[in-house]
Amino acid sequence: MNTPAPSAPGTALIAALQTSLGADQVLTASEDIIPYGFDGTATLKQRPLAVVFARNAAQVSAVLKLARLHHAPVVTRGSGTGLSGGSVPSTAAIVLCLVKMDRILELDTANLTLRAEAGAITQTIFDAASAAGLFYPPDPGSMKISTIGGNVAENSGGLRGLKYGVTRDYVMGLEVVLADGSICWLGSKCVKDVAGYNLRDLFVGSEGTLGVITQVLLKLLPQPAARQTLLAMFSRMDSAAETVSAIIAAKIIPCTLEFLDRKTIRCVEDFTHVGLPLDAEAILLIETDGHPAAATDEALKIEDLCRLHGATSVKRAASASEAALLATARRSAFSALARLRPTTILEDVTVPRSELAGMIRDVEAIALKHDLNIATFGHFGDGNLHPTILTDERNTAEMHRVELAFADIVSATLARGGTITGEHGVGLAKKPFLRRQLGDASYDLLKLVKRSLDPDNLLNPGKIFDL
Amino acid sequence: MIKKLADIDYSILQQCMHCGMCLPTCPTYVETKEERNSPRGRIALMRAIADGELAVSKSFGDEMYYCLGCLACTTACPAGVNYSELFEVARAEIEEKGVLDSPKRDAIRWFALRLLFTRPRLLRFVGRLLWLWQVSGLQTFARRTRLVKLLPGNLRRLEPQAPVIQAKFSHQLIAPVEKPVATPPAPRRVAVLTGCVQDLVFADINRATVDVLLANGCEVHTPPVQPCCGSLHAHNGDTGTARELARRQLDLIDPFTFDAIISNAGGCGSHLRHYDHLLENDPAYRERAVEWSRKLKDVSEYLVEIGFRKPGASAAGPVENVSVTYHESCHLCHGQKVSKQPRELLKAIPGVELRECAEASWCCGSAGIYNITQPETAGWLQERKLGHLLATGAQVVATANPGCHLQIENSLKTTRGSTASAPKIVHPVVLLANAYLAEEASGRPTGNVIPPSNSV
Ligand SMILES: Cc1cc2nc3c(=O)[nH]c(=O)nc-3n(C[C@H](O)[C@H](O)[C@H](O)COP(=O)(O)OP(=O)(O)OC[C@H]3O[C@@H](n4cnc5c(N)ncnc54)[C@H](O)[C@@H]3O)c2cc1C
Ligand code: SF4
Ligand code: SF4
Repeated sequence: MNTPAPSAPGTALIAALQTSLGADQVLTASEDIIPYGFDGTATLKQRPLAVVFARNAAQVSAVLKLARLHHAPVVTRGSGTGLSGGSVPSTAAIVLCLVKMDRILELDTANLTLRAEAGAITQTIFDAASAAGLFYPPDPGSMKISTIGGNVAENSGGLRGLKYGVTRDYVMGLEVVLADGSICWLGSKCVKDVAGYNLRDLFVGSEGTLGVITQVLLKLLPQPAARQTLLAMFSRMDSAAETVSAIIAAKIIPCTLEFLDRKTIRCVEDFTHVGLPLDAEAILLIETDGHPAAATDEALKIEDLCRLHGATSVKRAASASEAALLATARRSAFSALARLRPTTILEDVTVPRSELAGMIRDVEAIALKHDLNIATFGHFGDGNLHPTILTDERNTAEMHRVELAFADIVSATLARGGTITGEHGVGLAKKPFLRRQLGDASYDLLKLVKRSLDPDNLLNPGKIFDL
Repeated sequence: MIKKLADIDYSILQQCMHCGMCLPTCPTYVETKEERNSPRGRIALMRAIADGELAVSKSFGDEMYYCLGCLACTTACPAGVNYSELFEVARAEIEEKGVLDSPKRDAIRWFALRLLFTRPRLLRFVGRLLWLWQVSGLQTFARRTRLVKLLPGNLRRLEPQAPVIQAKFSHQLIAPVEKPVATPPAPRRVAVLTGCVQDLVFADINRATVDVLLANGCEVHTPPVQPCCGSLHAHNGDTGTARELARRQLDLIDPFTFDAIISNAGGCGSHLRHYDHLLENDPAYRERAVEWSRKLKDVSEYLVEIGFRKPGASAAGPVENVSVTYHESCHLCHGQKVSKQPRELLKAIPGVELRECAEASWCCGSAGIYNITQPETAGWLQERKLGHLLATGAQVVATANPGCHLQIENSLKTTRGSTASAPKIVHPVVLLANAYLAEEASGRPTGNVIPPSNSV
């Protein structure tokens, strides 16, 4: 095939893609591609060269081969809900969108596994498992629209991380298309499998930089028989943080231990009208599950601990539907915060649980120091905080303070032995801070892996690190 | 002067933080899985226009007319993005720039928006002609003799979908003022809006609306000739005419003299509620419009608000059990956020078993004149809707918007013919009015129900 003519960049590539995928699966008009210039991350955007849709691994392979031939970067995209700029197009990139590969291929009730195409929606997978009495636990706030491929590529967490872990803990196998177009299968349905390096795990959290995931084989669990949901209100943030430590110290691992501060409570209530207490300084949303007796017993103990550590009141969800409403309310926290200011910038720092109370105080101090409006919510049980800066991207002076605050939050996190990202990935947003956290040797090791799997640096280049 | 995307408060555009939470609820995105057909994508295009990075093109125009305007995205959006405002401003700018203009489109728009739906008497006259066509046997004759084949393609497709016009219009069924029989010490004064399509095709629903209000101690005022509310115009980029119609409406019905102004059509109500916004820059009408918007209520919303009387079981015979499923009109549930109240009405009726159907709040494809302009997508939605409705096995489909009513009725006609097993489509207030009537027939003391023949 020809190399692209210098006058019209990408013309030959686009023509080749059209032949390979069908003309209507290759978008190049401004009106078609502008909406692919961003993901869920604030302020980042760049128009791609083209957007293409693949229907199967063979088409993905064809796209990667063509891209390699024409030296065009490829940015894989699921639903574009990422929060670190992972699917924001690199310069002159082809966006390879997988949402049309959305079938559930197999539900194996004998082995408790589910196999799906990468573009399948997380919620659909959860529902399919539920319909068979099974349970797929990872439930990112975006699960109604995020793709399983995106979840795997970011190793996403969710509201149930404390007890059930994150996406990685459920990935048993992956079909991956490599940079040279070869299609390989990593992992198996076997509970134990040590044949060769564990390359499957290398692709979990690889943010589209090592290969394109086209199929996912997931582990399922039996559905927990019972569930109890509690809502505890606090008049001090510290008390909420102490309660979390106390619960864990009491050797109770609830399924969910989520936290919202006052500003977040307001916004969420504005949207959902579920009756959250507007006067509370902080609330904890706590869920226990398992055998009915165990779930109830744990809930009772947690209730006592909440009261002991200063909860002003503790409410128990009266029904499954009320519990579901509360979880939905929590899931909307991030987007609901956009009600307050034009630009909503979300942080994802995570600290060891024992450092939570201290980290929250750090964030408050940083907000004060830089005169910024910061709301905080997050997965308390995981030590994962989402300090969210409410600002306006058109106010340059304020945006400068946002940058400074960002850097301070990162420093505070690292000082407490934490990580710059708990679940959203490095992408573009956290790139500047990665070396500081990892140290030179580990940082260079990442690049070594990248170079060997993607020697031309065409898969999502410029994400995580610059080569 | 029309508002352009570049003039609107930029923070409305910025409010969309592209989280994607609206995508799975947007029918056009679900159909194509392409971002430009999603709320997030459309907002991105509008923002690009406001930023001067994109021109108002034909392609953008097509996109904004591919959007159903169903507002499902506004219910789903945690960030509270005012898509409805963006949608209307975008369509108005598209019309002003004329990027979609063609002689045929212009003629149709002129006929519908500027002529038919601005002149209530003319509309009734055309309705009467259509009625004659349908009852005189001419329609059957034309169909049998295949004379309809002579109609141009588009019209031929639409001819069988034309709604069946009722023998009597609202003003022939409802007196300008009706008072409850048992007048409470301080009766509530309400005005009832009769709508355009509702008036021609479902005047009985207007009658039932008046009946249930009377039965709940309201004094009901129903001006016999009412202008169109202007929703059709506002949603189709003709804001100027929409404003003019709003002013006429306010001239006819003074909101300061009523406790509430009642709409029973989801689509109209959604627009009528926003007269305050529509006329915010009109000093002569602003105050009235604000009062109007404060008092504008959907009939089910108002009934629940005033604690409507639950009908007792009919003593005339055993209560007839009937299974009902509820289809939510987009502009009632998403536009007006009235979703629980119609269900409360239904649940209050003796013998009614409410069966929820999947995707109850999804658009049925009617969407104003969408089923005429985008038949393919409308047909896809219509089928999807019908599947869910039939899956409930309910004997009755309740819905509170004439467009939905006709759309679902048409889909039943084409797939089921007029078989006895097909569910009946009714407005919730009709069921409630019947329940009051059954009560009355059994000799219980009730508020008041005037059978249609008693009025006018
Ligand atoms: C409201 C909201 C709430 C959220 N809540 C959570 C939460 O609770 N927990 C959490 O962890 N995250 C959360 N997120 C972040 C985001 O939803 C997740 O990162 C999600 O997994 C992204 O999925 P996606 O399909 O949108 O992927 P995209 O955003 O399209 O892509 C994300 C990254 O994965 C890569 N990628 C996508 N698909 C593939 C593939 N098939 N093969 C290879 N690479 C691929 C992309 O290149 C990109 O780098 C939230 C986001 C929003 C907007
Ligand atoms: S109005 Fe309906 S069709 Fe239009 S963007 Fe919103 S959800 Fe989609
Ligand atoms: S849900 Fe609201 S904020 Fe999120 S993408 Fe849709 S319109 Fe934008």
